[in-house]
Amino acid sequence: MLLQNMKYLKKYFIFIIILIKMKKIILSRPKSLNNVVFSYCPGCGHGIIHRLVSECIDELSIREKTIAVTPVGCAVFGYDYFNFDVTEAPHGRPPAVATGIKRTNPDKFVFTYQGDGDISAIGIAETIHAANRSENISIIFVNNTVYGMTGGQMAPTTLAGQITATTPFGRNLKNEGFPIKLCELLSVLDGTVYLERVAIHNPKNIINAKKAIKRAFQCQIDQKGFSLIEIVSNCPVNWNMSPVDSMKWIEDKLIKTFPLKIFKDKI
Amino acid sequence: MIKINSKKCKGCGLCISVCPKSCLLFSEGFNKSGYRWVILKGKKSCISCGFCYLICPDVCIEVLHKI
Amino acid sequence: MKKLVKGNIALCEGAIISGLSSYFGYPITPQNEISSYLSRKMFELKKVFIQAESEIAAINMVLGAAVTGMRSMTSSSSPGISLKQEAISYMAGMELPALIVNVQRGGPGLGNISGSQSDYFQAVKGGGHGDYKMIVLSPNSAQEMYEFAYDSFDLAEKYRIPVMILTDGMIGQMIEPVSFNKTKKPKNKQNWILNGAKNRKPRSIKSLFVKEGFLERHNIKLQKKYKKIFKNEVKYELYLAEDANIIVIAYGIASRVVKSAIKLSRINNIKVGLLRPITLWPFPSKAIYSFAKTNKKFLTVELNYGQMIEDVKLAVNGITHVEFIGRGGGGVITEYEIFKKIFHIHNNSY
Repeated sequence: MLLQNMKYLKKYFIFIIILIKMKKIILSRPKSLNNVVFSYCPGCGHGIIHRLVSECIDELSIREKTIAVTPVGCAVFGYDYFNFDVTEAPHGRPPAVATGIKRTNPDKFVFTYQGDGDISAIGIAETIHAANRSENISIIFVNNTVYGMTGGQMAPTTLAGQITATTPFGRNLKNEGFPIKLCELLSVLDGTVYLERVAIHNPKNIINAKKAIKRAFQCQIDQKGFSLIEIVSNCPVNWNMSPVDSMKWIEDKLIKTFPLKIFKDKI
Repeated sequence: MIKINSKKCKGCGLCISVCPKSCLLFSEGFNKSGYRWVILKGKKSCISCGFCYLICPDVCIEVLHKI
Repeated sequence: MKKLVKGNIALCEGAIISGLSSYFGYPITPQNEISSYLSRKMFELKKVFIQAESEIAAINMVLGAAVTGMRSMTSSSSPGISLKQEAISYMAGMELPALIVNVQRGGPGLGNISGSQSDYFQAVKGGGHGDYKMIVLSPNSAQEMYEFAYDSFDLAEKYRIPVMILTDGMIGQMIEPVSFNKTKKPKNKQNWILNGAKNRKPRSIKSLFVKEGFLERHNIKLQKKYKKIFKNEVKYELYLAEDANIIVIAYGIASRVVKSAIKLSRINNIKVGLLRPITLWPFPSKAIYSFAKTNKKFLTVELNYGQMIEDVKLAVNGITHVEFIGRGGGGVITEYEIFKKIFHIHNNSY
């Protein structure tokens, strides 16, 4: 009898030891993100933002009805990275393309992923009018103050005095004008529902960025209307900085010009 | 504890800069893409806070936790 | 039963009955009837109508609707179509079916608002950047506006290619009796559209092929498709061409003036016939060549200063003489002018 009990106890102990040694994965690659190596440069914020978007889509379980629109720019390769339906759009036109998709398929989840050149230079008309019509779409706007894909030219969001490939002496406000603040610009429109500017330069802000993205996506799911999340990101290669320095530069310089806050919340 | 995918790591060093316990450092060698990947120095000092996962732009860090 | 309607309205009816899901447009004369008619009609049918902020936005909305397999169209006139060219090139690269209507007006620049045929090159040679073609249909009556709009979506979906209806201000504005004789048809099933990755692998629609050799492969695929279209979809109309010594080639509104000129010539015992290309691309080159081989003389009549004549000359390939007469800038050629030219050709005095 005792012997039998001992055997039973032994099995029980082994089980407990296995349980102690077993580890649970608590944070890993989201399902909506393909298991591939990004083509982005080391330290580029796009990877972080791709992951945040994918995590939000997983958590809201909308992967199977998502259609994403990628821009012309670094994020054009989004179709290789996202594990859902993705279409390409001409430079600056993702809001118009998303309008076409969403209006003809109101049951689908549609978001665009755009850079600063795409959304605030060539495509500003489409952006403003999609916002003004309060299209029920979400826009992820990655603001890294340069045209990354083409070699770091000046973007509308380039800071005063910032050196880029086309402003070798720094952005001259008299010649090139002022940095465009898109969230501020859109906040005066009656059609916009949710506008927030976030950054990704440290873990705290990354968590906030995810919350903002999720809120914007929820806004679309609840059929409230147009939402845009501006994410202040980095471009270490075109800023001529190390990735760690670029994150510091966001904190020291960028968010002084582009303050992080909720510009509109009509949810 | 964390697990780092040495093949995908591009050695940007962002995880090292945010680690509150300073338990991450660059490897001696290079991976196939030519980067010094990041390794976990002391398994015991890692508190699975997930900061490195949050800032990793290449999603090559997995955070594990004891059950 | 026939109804008296404008060409532009007939076109709308044809598109609606073939299952139009959405219309995106921007005001420009002489195509305004299309958007104002559809704004009311699409609302009644509970379908999508948007007046976009620009022609560029309008065509990109069409692109968006097309990636989800919805039948979508846009319409514009010459300057607006120029703005749409970039997205049309993208759509050719992404292989998207859609209907684009060009109600041509006089150019270049802002030009004027009367009918013209000066966008022939832009329509059949590509128009935008890259090595692409789209199917170009040329109606010459309100009835054909209705029928071609009805057929265009099937054609577009069959080959995954944008289709353009190249018409002009005159046909668009002309009021004619039209018999609305088409019926609704079931939707074609497509296995490439984006409708959410449910129970299948994710799809992507793109025209970017960065890896070495991929773009070449994509282009070869497109060219094969274009060859297939060239083989199967050429359409043209012959009028009194069997016994003719002189073949007049004209499309759209010009072909109707030519028909009157041919009647005038026949009264004067000059045997003249008409070959009217219905598909401007694919161009009926073979038919023209077979006429050229029988030593017939050719006359091209266009409302421009000589665009289609280049395709006719390529088809004829130097076997026989090709003459041209045309008027541009919104001017309309008269049957007497054409007859005079035919008379000269008949007497070998060109």
